[in-house]
Amino acid sequence: MSEPTPGARVRFPRLSPAELRAALRHPFWQAVALLVGSYVLFKFGVRYLPPLLGMKSAPVPASVLTQFMVTALVGILIYVSDSEDRWRHFKEPIHAGLVDADKKWIRGTLLVLVPLTVAFMTYERVRPSLEAGAQLRSIHPAPPGTITFRGKTMALAGLENPLRQQGNLADQLVEGRRVYYENCVFCHGDRFDGLGHYGHAFNPAPLSFTDPGTIAQLTESFVFWRIAKGGRGLPSEGTPWNSAMPAWEDFLTEDEIWSVIIFLYEQTGWHPRTWGEEGGADAQP
Amino acid sequence: MTDLFPFLQAAADTAGAYHAFPVIGSRAATWIAAEVHLMFAAFVLGVPMFAVITEAVGIFTKDERYRERYDRLSKEFTRLLLVAYSATAIWGAVLVFFLTTLYPRFWNHMTEIFQLSMWIYVGLFFVESFTLYLYYYGWDRWNKGRAKYWHWTLGILLNVWGTAVMLIANGWLTYMMSPPAGVTAQTLPSEVGLWNAIANATWMPINIHRLIANAVFGGSIVAAYAAYRFLAARTDEERAHYDWMGYVGNFVAISTFIVLPFAGYWLGREFYEYNQQLGITMMGGFMSWLWILQAFLIGVLFLAGNYYLWIGMGRIPGAERYRPYTKWLLIILILGVIVWSTPHTMIASRQELEAMGGSHHPFLGVLGVMSAKNTAVNLMILTTFLSFLFYRRANKRPVAPWAKQGMLAQWIMFAIAAMVVLFFGVYGYFVSAIVRIGFSVYQVLAVLTTIVVVTTLDIFLLRGAESRGEIRWGQMPERSQYALFILAVTFTWLMGLMGFARSGIRQHWHVFEVMRDTSPDAVTPALGYASIMISVCVLIFLGLVSFIFWLSELGTKPAEAHAPAAPAPGAGPATAPAPGD
Repeated sequence: MSEPTPGARVRFPRLSPAELRAALRHPFWQAVALLVGSYVLFKFGVRYLPPLLGMKSAPVPASVLTQFMVTALVGILIYVSDSEDRWRHFKEPIHAGLVDADKKWIRGTLLVLVPLTVAFMTYERVRPSLEAGAQLRSIHPAPPGTITFRGKTMALAGLENPLRQQGNLADQLVEGRRVYYENCVFCHGDRFDGLGHYGHAFNPAPLSFTDPGTIAQLTESFVFWRIAKGGRGLPSEGTPWNSAMPAWEDFLTEDEIWSVIIFLYEQTGWHPRTWGEEGGADAQP
Repeated sequence: MTDLFPFLQAAADTAGAYHAFPVIGSRAATWIAAEVHLMFAAFVLGVPMFAVITEAVGIFTKDERYRERYDRLSKEFTRLLLVAYSATAIWGAVLVFFLTTLYPRFWNHMTEIFQLSMWIYVGLFFVESFTLYLYYYGWDRWNKGRAKYWHWTLGILLNVWGTAVMLIANGWLTYMMSPPAGVTAQTLPSEVGLWNAIANATWMPINIHRLIANAVFGGSIVAAYAAYRFLAARTDEERAHYDWMGYVGNFVAISTFIVLPFAGYWLGREFYEYNQQLGITMMGGFMSWLWILQAFLIGVLFLAGNYYLWIGMGRIPGAERYRPYTKWLLIILILGVIVWSTPHTMIASRQELEAMGGSHHPFLGVLGVMSAKNTAVNLMILTTFLSFLFYRRANKRPVAPWAKQGMLAQWIMFAIAAMVVLFFGVYGYFVSAIVRIGFSVYQVLAVLTTIVVVTTLDIFLLRGAESRGEIRWGQMPERSQYALFILAVTFTWLMGLMGFARSGIRQHWHVFEVMRDTSPDAVTPALGYASIMISVCVLIFLGLVSFIFWLSELGTKPAEAHAPAAPAPGAGPATAPAPGD
């Protein structure tokens, strides 16, 4: 390999289509391509592809992106090493890069790049920042066995919505609608999606009842507890909660809360989780 | 002196409830003692199952070449047990001493209820130990004719005693989780019936779950032992023998592991049935992130188990025809791990939370609920089973006249099971929780039915099959053995993690809603602290087990330790059978 003359432009080797095809068949470059492809898919694909199909999406949090990439990396390593031939081919460029005399520039570049990358990552981790750290919230904390509602002790386990057994359901719905539109709509929104007028001011946003992971997963007694005790009544586990929801027991009666619960399930089309026979481990973080 | 009396009385009361352990504290000390004891107990319960089954294969096989091979394998397992039994007993004694000295009030409560069962427990342990001594030391003496059957019966008895011991201990710990209805903080321990306390709501699910888990654990530790011996082997014969042993261990671990999630699901269901608070704390409360860790670990198990099989296909003539498919199996497994480990509530910065509109991702959030998780795990189980099927038939050519139709039927079964799992997984998003939970039963049934029917078909299909060549035992890349180590470490860590989940959901209760924990350690530890404690326990256990492995080699004569693997003329190591043949 001839030394480049001083001042001359460095020419990168150009691959012919045949060489490109051969490189794409090589396990090492396949692994590199898969790794880069996975990153692009998780980082940008998840964010931008669903909206093209009319579905909502958002950037993937860094914690989840790391998790996905680790899984992809493990998969790629398994792929290149589960057969002896592929494993040997995969190691060839690495071995050549570390040993061959004409690959000195690769070793030199890595010698600079690797410590620089580590230094940059270290700097990013330790530099002072005003940004709040990543948070781990528990959306469905375990409810207490009993609560006190305006001086009355209520056992939550096995508690049913009493209004479903008394009076006319249509009347309860009318009452629930009144309670919702007088108190809840401002944050939880007209479409029950957490996008009320005031909802935009909160971070995290108020819960969307249309999400299959919220009231669809819960018993009515759980929802009663959350409405009655609000953000300040959340247990200390899983803090900080950052919930601005008031404790509605200060403003609403027991029947008003039960009626708005009936209204919520009726409007969203979800069925409350029931006691007894199902019992299964269906909740998830 | 009289001024001091109230003070002394108060001090005496406090001292009567709890004592402190130096440096690490009472809870950490008891945690380590209980966990390491449990790991050894799982080992000494799992390995005898193994030993007695391999001995039976040796006894009942019609092929003389394999008789001695299986017998030697079984004896080698049992040799590991001897020291492990002592270690189990020592750690059990440490646990009892810690409980009696550090938690005397709680221990009084337990002994008042369970004293009779504790005496029986000790008696059974005594009988179990001596059965083991007879089983091991009588191996060579009772090795022929009718005496061999008696010897095998000893192995069965060993398992019976061990299982009985486990059932009793499970009664104690499940009483702490789910005391019988009617037992309250005001109930005197003497008023609680012994059988009523033992046969509580979560006793049987835990019995089944632990029984299966012990077989899984025993298999993985035996496989790790074989891997260690494979890497240290000096001859090709040794390598062949330990390659085969590692395969047998991994086969037992993975095949029993496949049914473990179903037993775990039943146990989880029982927790919900018993008490909503226990259930939500476990799955949706502050312990919910533990399941993401668990999903990762189980993902590691699936991947490592399959990886070992795929590498192993490199030493089987005829396996080349299945090579092109393994990458598709890998893709299904990786997608399964991604879905299974996607959290519903994500760890996110304030900016990320704002962009998502809350802790739920608007697109990935659908992967966070049980419909997606159940679908992923069932497809991963099906995929692993398919890997095993490829491995099993790699060097065989079926000669049955109905072979083509039989294989078509097997593929149709796989396709139907996958469709059932996917259909109910997707449909689960459109129905209420009560209906959705029922769907998981259909998914499980589809997978289990496929496993049973396809295996049965396969046995008949490959009966008398032509060989495409013998498995080249021993010609296994060294990295495959590290997969066996990963399996053993992951199983052990997983056991510690799940133990923490089960025990931790009691929160500030010694006995749930009956006896409150009023010690300074009453707070439930965070997951980070728990992870460190689990890692310490795993290191202690694996350190001691490594010592036992070394001891087992030290105690054998050089000739026995490095004995040729081929027991009969013409029966080279390459001819050893694969389990399931």
